[in-house]
Amino acid sequence: MFLASLLGLSRLQFALTAMFHWIFVPLTIGLGIIIAIMETYYVRTGNEFWKRTTKFWMKIFAINFAIGVATGIILEFQFGTNWSNYSWFVGDIFGAPLAIEGIFAFFLESTFFAIMFFGWNKVSKNVHLLSTWLVAIGTILSALWILVANAWMQYPVGMEFNPDTARNEMVDFWAVALSPVALNKFIHTVSNCFVHGGVVVVGISSWYLLRKREEEFARKSIRIAAVFGLISLVVLIWSGDGSAYHVAKKQPMKLAAMEGLYISKPGTPIVAFGILNPNKTIARLESDSLGYALEKPYLFNISIPQGLSLLVDRKLNTFVPGIEDIIQGGYTYVDELGNEKVALPVRERMKRGKIAIDALALYHKAKEASDEEGKALALGELKENFSHFGYGFIEKPTDIVPNVPLTFYAFRIMVILGGFFIAFLGLAIYLERRALLSRNRWFLYLSIVSIPLVYICTQAGWIVAEVGRQPWTIQDLLTTGASVSGVSTSSVATTTIMFFVLFSVLLAAELTILFKVIKKGPSA
Amino acid sequence: MKEPLVKRIWLFYYEGFKSMTLGKTLWAIILIKLFIMFFVLKLFFFKSELSVYPTKEEKSKHVIEKLTE
Repeated sequence: MFLASLLGLSRLQFALTAMFHWIFVPLTIGLGIIIAIMETYYVRTGNEFWKRTTKFWMKIFAINFAIGVATGIILEFQFGTNWSNYSWFVGDIFGAPLAIEGIFAFFLESTFFAIMFFGWNKVSKNVHLLSTWLVAIGTILSALWILVANAWMQYPVGMEFNPDTARNEMVDFWAVALSPVALNKFIHTVSNCFVHGGVVVVGISSWYLLRKREEEFARKSIRIAAVFGLISLVVLIWSGDGSAYHVAKKQPMKLAAMEGLYISKPGTPIVAFGILNPNKTIARLESDSLGYALEKPYLFNISIPQGLSLLVDRKLNTFVPGIEDIIQGGYTYVDELGNEKVALPVRERMKRGKIAIDALALYHKAKEASDEEGKALALGELKENFSHFGYGFIEKPTDIVPNVPLTFYAFRIMVILGGFFIAFLGLAIYLERRALLSRNRWFLYLSIVSIPLVYICTQAGWIVAEVGRQPWTIQDLLTTGASVSGVSTSSVATTTIMFFVLFSVLLAAELTILFKVIKKGPSA
Repeated sequence: MKEPLVKRIWLFYYEGFKSMTLGKTLWAIILIKLFIMFFVLKLFFFKSELSVYPTKEEKSKHVIEKLTE
């Protein structure tokens, strides 16, 4: 069973930790800005109501921050222990953004965090407001560097592989920091956090309206959070479109899995809603005699004709390759430099990947024997085939296919919930403007239900991004199988259980404290 | 007369921490969490696999062997 293997358990542990960490991050980032907006109202109007409102949401922010802080460090522990080959191979590229993140997080957030919480009546209103904004911006900048590191794994640029050390070395910091994938990922993720914060504020405020408590506080909080959330949603959708564009260019297999698309055609449709056929296999490779036409990819689907072509290339008749097309190769595509190319079959890339790996081994043998000619020859082979390096670890072509159902359904959950939040936040603004919130109790209940829904939506987004890029830790260069350390399975199992217990206790603590504070309300 | 800057900063933090209510619970959670993370998990369960190799050369040799085996 995959999950009982060392690789399966290491991945499970990493996924568990990342998902737990990601419970807290979106609310911290989203709420940070909402608090800063509220305090801006306070400073501009001098109305004590806004100070009380700001202070209440700051408490929620503090609880979320306190429970979530440093949970991401556990991921870094895992890099060294469970993923040592990966940690070494990425070299300073992953380390540099993470170090900048650490410095930002520590200095910016910790300095101004203190003023934000201890500084009421001790510093001027403007200094306090500036601190609140700096904390909010600090959380966003922290996210930037983590997302730069993540984007590099999905689209490795700005580095050179050093065959002597087997490490990637950064040769162009700006190519890494400002790669189109990194910028788009940053905008998409941060706007998602803003929507997340907005929905949570609307949900908690609605609870007060249901209880007929703190009505002015709740109404005004909903007004700010819903408007902020809806504006952010527009940015989220725009950057989501950008994500699809980049995924199509740089990670076509991820896109094919997101769509459950096996064999494509020019003018590729997009699946608006669908149920995958669980019996679907990659038939052309596994059973030529049966023929792939016997197994349809979907049991049911509603598709928009030419939708995927339009989405990823802004043209109606573009060919967007499916899973089997990518494995077979032979189709033409336009690379990031605008050159038309023919896609190589995966078997060919596997062959070239093995040549690259063998060249690395030969390079070191030649180095030990002080054979300069042999070294130069091996280095030439390695450089020529390095872009296929990771394929050398692939055992069979179908291994490059991620978990299609998980990617497909997570993508649809994310998109459907995104659509729901447009209607939800729009309705929240409408009902608040017309002073109809309290009369529509169904909406208030819906707002509370929307809190877990926004968490599901946010997590689903990351499942698409991370499950969809399997089997790669670094796209095309290193597989998860080659990244994993030689630690014992039992030790990974033990720490996974420990994390699960620790995370459950922390989550229980967060929810207990959070509910207590919400119950007391802003007047406490 | 204005108090020295260092004293003012000290008092700012001292009084801030002293007047905390909810913050005390949150700090306790943070400290317990950090203790578990750094003094239990990191120390006993999360040793870097490459830390057994003292030099960078040995570390890279180990990884190259693993990648090319």
